[in-house]
Amino acid sequence: MSAPRTMTAKILAAHGLEELTPGAFGLARVDRVLVNDVSGAVAIRELARMGAERVFDPGRVACVADHFWPAKDARSAEHVARLRAFAEAQGIEAYFEAGATPTAGIEHAVIAEAGLVRPGDLLVGGDSHTCTAGALGALGIGVGSTDLAAAMALGELWLRVPETTAVRFRGTPGPYATGKDLILALLGRIGVDGATYQALELSGPAIDALDVDGRLAVCNMAVEAGAKSGLVAADAATIAWLAPRLEDPSSLAPLAPDDGAAYEHEVEVDVDGMGPLVARPPSPGDVRPVDELGEAVRVDQVYVGNCANGMISDLRQLVDVVGGRRVAPGVRLIVVPATQEVHRQAVAEGLVEALLDAGAMVSPPTCGACFGGHMGVLAAGETAVATTNRNFRGRMGHRDSRVFLANAYVAGAAAVAGELVHPSEVVG
Amino acid sequence: MSAAPIEGRVVRLGDDVDTDVLLPGAYLNVTDPAELGRHLLEGYDPEVAARVQAGDVVVAGRNMGCGSSREHAVLALRARGVQAVVAESFARIFLRNCLNLGLPAVEHPAAARALADGERVRIDLGAGTVEGERGRWELPPQPPFLTELLRDGGLVPWVRRRLHAHDRER
Repeated sequence: MSAPRTMTAKILAAHGLEELTPGAFGLARVDRVLVNDVSGAVAIRELARMGAERVFDPGRVACVADHFWPAKDARSAEHVARLRAFAEAQGIEAYFEAGATPTAGIEHAVIAEAGLVRPGDLLVGGDSHTCTAGALGALGIGVGSTDLAAAMALGELWLRVPETTAVRFRGTPGPYATGKDLILALLGRIGVDGATYQALELSGPAIDALDVDGRLAVCNMAVEAGAKSGLVAADAATIAWLAPRLEDPSSLAPLAPDDGAAYEHEVEVDVDGMGPLVARPPSPGDVRPVDELGEAVRVDQVYVGNCANGMISDLRQLVDVVGGRRVAPGVRLIVVPATQEVHRQAVAEGLVEALLDAGAMVSPPTCGACFGGHMGVLAAGETAVATTNRNFRGRMGHRDSRVFLANAYVAGAAAVAGELVHPSEVVG
Repeated sequence: MSAAPIEGRVVRLGDDVDTDVLLPGAYLNVTDPAELGRHLLEGYDPEVAARVQAGDVVVAGRNMGCGSSREHAVLALRARGVQAVVAESFARIFLRNCLNLGLPAVEHPAAARALADGERVRIDLGAGTVEGERGRWELPPQPPFLTELLRDGGLVPWVRRRLHAHDRER
């Protein structure tokens, strides 16, 4: 009888790691390698330098055009053309390009929707927000381009076994608090290097109560605490969300830590009655309740989107606030459904019409302005409220612009009021 | 075999230097290292960005390289001729990118706190020491895997060697 194990230990052991003591080095087999137009442009070059003519298994590589897609300029178009040609030459069927493939969008959302992430999987992505896959009980590890090339060449990733931290949320959050607020509460508590190199396992009744969209928002920002990964248990809600997305759902199984599993660190976060939160620039860890900012924050732009907060739940929350109202004069509201599937669903539910009536612009799926790429970049002196994950200096544009991070209710309230306010002030 | 000691001038940065300020997102559609190098630290402080010279050693506080996984930030450091990065602590993906590209990344809180802008620093990875104008610090022994990676010259040659080994087995 082996000792009780964490979810992280179970996944690492199932992927070839024999020595599971934190700090040990080893090689892990990977189930999925995730490549985008930015990390891929460098990784494809490095793969050739490694002398690897073929990827280890084309069925386990996914390529997504999302960062500068639709192409921002000729150079971006060339990178996507190279990614497209690479996928074709290697026989990679999991290729996603909005406008060209049946479904497409921002990588972390689109691979989840496409059934390419399953509980217990080990996923490597050339993007720091690969940890988003933890929402489905998969160990998602973000890496750079050369690691990505190595994973494509060998089907393995070198890694240092992380310390594992149990994060337990206590209590029931109040109105207008979402998954975004749970992770912001953690970031406010432990800071932007509070979990460096660690594997987080997040639990508690507030996590159990979240739908998959809310869990994506939580796990997405694990990296903002420095973590290697952020995992929630895969439960009945996970299985129900995934089953219709898989050809063979019979192998889907829940994942949870064993009773009595030992963690290197434990953190408790009390979220009972907590309202919506905001992270002030330039740190995702500078977190305050939206109604305790101590200053009036006028906004120029509101941006609802990104790899975890442009899901259908986010759009519903946004329309709950802006539906039947108008965007304030001088404010622009940019809405980026994370995937074509989310966009289609938003049309079917009348959300897109409600947003257009309110004065919003609805964009194709793209990483877009979240990382300062295109489609809503900020000018000097401008302030944005965004449902994205980073508010570093210059993140969304000019180095003298500011980004406040918040959930979609708060974003909607800022769009209508023209400043950061508690959503109840707009909804009444 | 161990690499020759590194000697250079310190360029001092603060805590939580994210990869967006090291190499702003607007340049992520660039892959040419020389062009990336011209934009190094553009989002941090134009004055600091302008005075980074070939041979310098970047010294930072806590959580160096946090945020995005963009290897472009490390490509830019290398293209500008930065010889090594010393920090109180590193964000994990940035650290991996440095190790994979063969850019020495030294985590040592006391050394990183003591080294001042403009002073000369000497890093001897073979002997495991960092020496500045006001101190000399011992580095903890490196895990064998990382020694192997550094000896190979980074992850590209390391993978090439493994692929050759696989071929020979067949």
